[in-house]
Amino acid sequence: MDILNSAFGIHEQALKVRSQRMDVLARNIANADTPNYKAQDLDFKAMLKEVKKDYLTATHDKHFAAVADAPDNGMRYRTPFNSSFDGNTVEISVEQAQFGKAAGDYQATLQFLENRISGIRKALKGE
Amino acid sequence: MRSLDSVFGIAGTALNAQMVRMNTTASNLANATTVAGSEKDAFRAKRPVFKALLEEEMTHAGAPYLGGVKVDTIADDPTPIRSLHDPGNPMADANGYVYLSNVNEMQEMVEMMAASRSYQNNVEVVNTAKQLMMRTLDITKA
Repeated sequence: MDILNSAFGIHEQALKVRSQRMDVLARNIANADTPNYKAQDLDFKAMLKEVKKDYLTATHDKHFAAVADAPDNGMRYRTPFNSSFDGNTVEISVEQAQFGKAAGDYQATLQFLENRISGIRKALKGE
Repeated sequence: MRSLDSVFGIAGTALNAQMVRMNTTASNLANATTVAGSEKDAFRAKRPVFKALLEEEMTHAGAPYLGGVKVDTIADDPTPIRSLHDPGNPMADANGYVYLSNVNEMQEMVEMMAASRSYQNNVEVVNTAKQLMMRTLDITKA
């Protein structure tokens, strides 16, 4: 049943990243008035690279254990356009725009998944 | 689905914090004309100071509100208190002075608008997250 195990391709992982990004942006919006809070965002490219990375694995008992770097969780601090007196780097208009975009991205990934599911369903029905 | 779940928790903490801010503003406005018999007793405008819920990640790992915001302290406005010579006032001290509050109505109105806008922002976050969740549930109907 390999077709069902890998049915969703990259979109399953992508949906996780998308919802994680919604979470990060919700944090920024929640902390829009918190002194010294630094806005964060996810670097999608870095996260994708992390998923594709092949870690060295010890396949023989004489192998040395691989020294892996700490996995990159993709979190980056945002550089604000304007600085503020209280050290907060959240710019609410930027966050709102990014939140709207993130919601759209999430829906796009959902749409891809829906298409995959309806394709499989069609194949199973054999119509 | 943990991440979308926690959006509700995070936005909830922010709604809570902004509501405290609205309440302190209302209290400040209500006490704008309060007078006192000494400078020490005079009403001082209250300001909530927010703090991100970040260090709780060590102790409450996985809690849905992590990364949200809380009201750390409620600080007094340091603006100096004005005194007014009003010997007829029952609150007046021995020299006939009463001490006014340091509430600035304009500033409070601005503060209230800012709090209500922030509140609305977070309501919008909750709405969007809710819609996305509903669509995710509908994925099997595709």
